[in-house]
Amino acid sequence: MVDASILPLNVERLGFRVADVAVLGDVSFRIEAGSRNVVLGPNGAGKSVLMRLLHGLLTPTDGSVGWSYHDAAAVRHAQTMVFQRPVMLRRTVRENLEFALRVGTSNKNAREVRAAAITALERVGLMRLAERAARLCSGGEQQRVALARAWALQPEVLFLDEPTASLDPAATRAIEATIAAMHAQGTTIVMTTHDLGQAKRLADRVLFLHHGRLVEDTPAGIFFQQPKSPEAAAFLRGELLW
Amino acid sequence: MQEISESLSLAATLTLSLNSAMLSIAGLSLRVSGIAVLTASLLALPFGAWLALARFPGRQVVIAVLNGMMGLPPVVVGLLVYLLLSRAGPLGALGILFTPAAMMVAQALLIFPIIAALARQVIEDAWGEYREQLVSLNASRMQCMRALLWDMRFTLTTAVLAGFGRAIAEVGAVMIVGGNIDGVTRVMTTAISLETSKGDLPLALALGAVLIAMVVVINLAAQIIKSTAMKRHG
Repeated sequence: MVDASILPLNVERLGFRVADVAVLGDVSFRIEAGSRNVVLGPNGAGKSVLMRLLHGLLTPTDGSVGWSYHDAAAVRHAQTMVFQRPVMLRRTVRENLEFALRVGTSNKNAREVRAAAITALERVGLMRLAERAARLCSGGEQQRVALARAWALQPEVLFLDEPTASLDPAATRAIEATIAAMHAQGTTIVMTTHDLGQAKRLADRVLFLHHGRLVEDTPAGIFFQQPKSPEAAAFLRGELLW
Repeated sequence: MQEISESLSLAATLTLSLNSAMLSIAGLSLRVSGIAVLTASLLALPFGAWLALARFPGRQVVIAVLNGMMGLPPVVVGLLVYLLLSRAGPLGALGILFTPAAMMVAQALLIFPIIAALARQVIEDAWGEYREQLVSLNASRMQCMRALLWDMRFTLTTAVLAGFGRAIAEVGAVMIVGGNIDGVTRVMTTAISLETSKGDLPLALALGAVLIAMVVVINLAAQIIKSTAMKRHG
């Protein structure tokens, strides 16, 4: 982590167009340090695009993503992302973490990098997989390794794009426990999910997207009891949104 | 048909009797092509990976030229290397014309585009899958290239084997820069060419059969190593 916080994050009138099609438009909100933010919305709402814009994988066509710390390299190193389908390098689980530590931190000492990788694996209870080929692990195990890899980097902000999609309840529980533990250590969480139960368990605040627009930004307790927008209310009732 | 069966029988006899002349020629073939493949791979794999990740004006033209050069005529490459290495040429001072070293240079030049073009395609396909993850981890362009080359190592063996197949089977370039000198620069293909011109077709065919067998055995060994490693590493 950098000495000065990169948060709060100010998102101003953020938009993203592909050709002439607006995938995301006029999205504004602020992310405070230590918060747990869940982005909800139906398929095609623009959740994954929003994550990629915030993380810097996509460049906005409109608006801005404004971190409070102005050193671009420090901002990049203070945040990381776990994807819906994690990409594991063709090497062991431990070596996957070591690779991330070598390229993502200033620590190049082989012994310290190895120790940090092992610590991260121990924290998520995956030491038994340390020497297994990462690509031969199950989907749930690979996602947990991806989360351990993210944790090893000690990010100030963690983005998660549907991290438990298509995983079984046991793997989902393990991943939620890790997210909660990372948050307890001070990491700010920004995640997308389809799973309303998961959103209830993990969110302090819900950002509800529909057709690329932010239609609701509400504390989680209020969102699930009294959603302000008709789209969010319909989504919570399980109705199909078009 | 009888000629072919006689040739196969002669090939078996030559191989099983460990004919010293043939072993020497086969050994030189392997040495020249092996070193050429190693040298070309050391340059072509990083170049292919760089081209896969780089974005610059004219990139598509470079890719098209590289792909087109996979079909370089060996005789043309041989001629160019000959001109470079001949006494009056810019590299004439090296004094390696009509030596195995000149043959290695010619073969390395011939197969560089094959290995580089295939590597470029393999790495570019992989980049589609890895890009977001590696960028998210803050890997530099060089670190991305190294990670992709290592991760695609099993697939890239096919590119290297394609280069080896082309090198060991070509005759035009090594004939021009090596001269087919008995005991010095004679390799399998130039020996086959010589026996054909002498009219000893059964011996030429037998040498051809031995050459094919060598290439098949090497490819088979590489395939076994590759599939075993893939099972272990995923």
